[in-house]
Amino acid sequence: MKTAETPFLGSNFSLGLRDGLPIALGYIPAAITFGFIAQTTGLTPVESVMMSLLVFAGAAQFMALSLLAAGTGSLEIIFTTFIVNIRHLLMSASLNENAMDDNPWKKAGYAFGITDEVFAVTATKEDSVHTGYIYGVFIISYASWVVQTGVGYAVGGLLPATIQQSLMFALYALFIALLAPALKRQRKVLVLAAASAVLNSLFSLFLDTGWAIILSTTIAATVVEWIAPAQKRPSGGTSTQRRST
Amino acid sequence: MSLHIMLIIVGMAVVTYIPRMLPFVFLKADIVPPRIEGILKNVPHAALGALIFPGALLIHDNVLFGLSGIVAAFTISFLGGNLITVVLGSIILLTILMPLF
Repeated sequence: MKTAETPFLGSNFSLGLRDGLPIALGYIPAAITFGFIAQTTGLTPVESVMMSLLVFAGAAQFMALSLLAAGTGSLEIIFTTFIVNIRHLLMSASLNENAMDDNPWKKAGYAFGITDEVFAVTATKEDSVHTGYIYGVFIISYASWVVQTGVGYAVGGLLPATIQQSLMFALYALFIALLAPALKRQRKVLVLAAASAVLNSLFSLFLDTGWAIILSTTIAATVVEWIAPAQKRPSGGTSTQRRST
Repeated sequence: MSLHIMLIIVGMAVVTYIPRMLPFVFLKADIVPPRIEGILKNVPHAALGALIFPGALLIHDNVLFGLSGIVAAFTISFLGGNLITVVLGSIILLTILMPLF
């Protein structure tokens, strides 16, 4: 089922769809739970699906539901969303280093889809990341998130709690599957991930999730760059091969 | 559909989209200083560390549940499993282990 009408879509787009499939699967339990909680919070079906359609940010959406349930004011909910999602500024800046040069409008389009998971899949690619590829990963993940929100609203209550709990591990399994191959290749990856994991475990004791992730990621990335500056790649460096259109 | 909720949703959408969009539209990758570029290239693997820990350990009251999942996912990955295999494999294992927790 290909939707290749312009040249920049096509095979890179299909590859993106394929690599985004694990995210789409991983989003099923999360989105179903979201839809179900939205229903119990008293949102209408349209409001629930609209939130997934327009916001597309798992953690922030869950937080908004609990704040709504607690009767929190609108501005506070919006501000909390901003704080929780500001980490994507860092992730977008990082992905932008490896993404191929392209029309700013096309990049502004896929920017909407840079969730933690879409970032993790696209940013761990070795070479320059194609615009069509990012769109592929984004679209399949987004479709799953939105559709399953509706499903969760309708039938979420039917899913047994025990199965929900093991399904909740799906996204962590995805992150591990993205990290493990790089761990085998480079000592540096182990240091980065381990340092950031330890820092985040500490910071999340007293900081919001969003800030804890930003701080631990930035500190680990900066200290490792300071100790072991990135060498120019021996062959096939991406910076010299970056495509321009 | 209440206007109040719709305004909250639109507000959330705006403050979520802007930080995601700014770097792609306004940050020219080739004028970023090498040191900053080095840091930004370290971000994906550092972020993965923070996205996995401590979250994965906290999905169940008993941290051993998450830990079993972590061990399973790393093992399947190191054995060469692809993304889907790792995701499905560790979920199936956790579902089997669930009665123990």
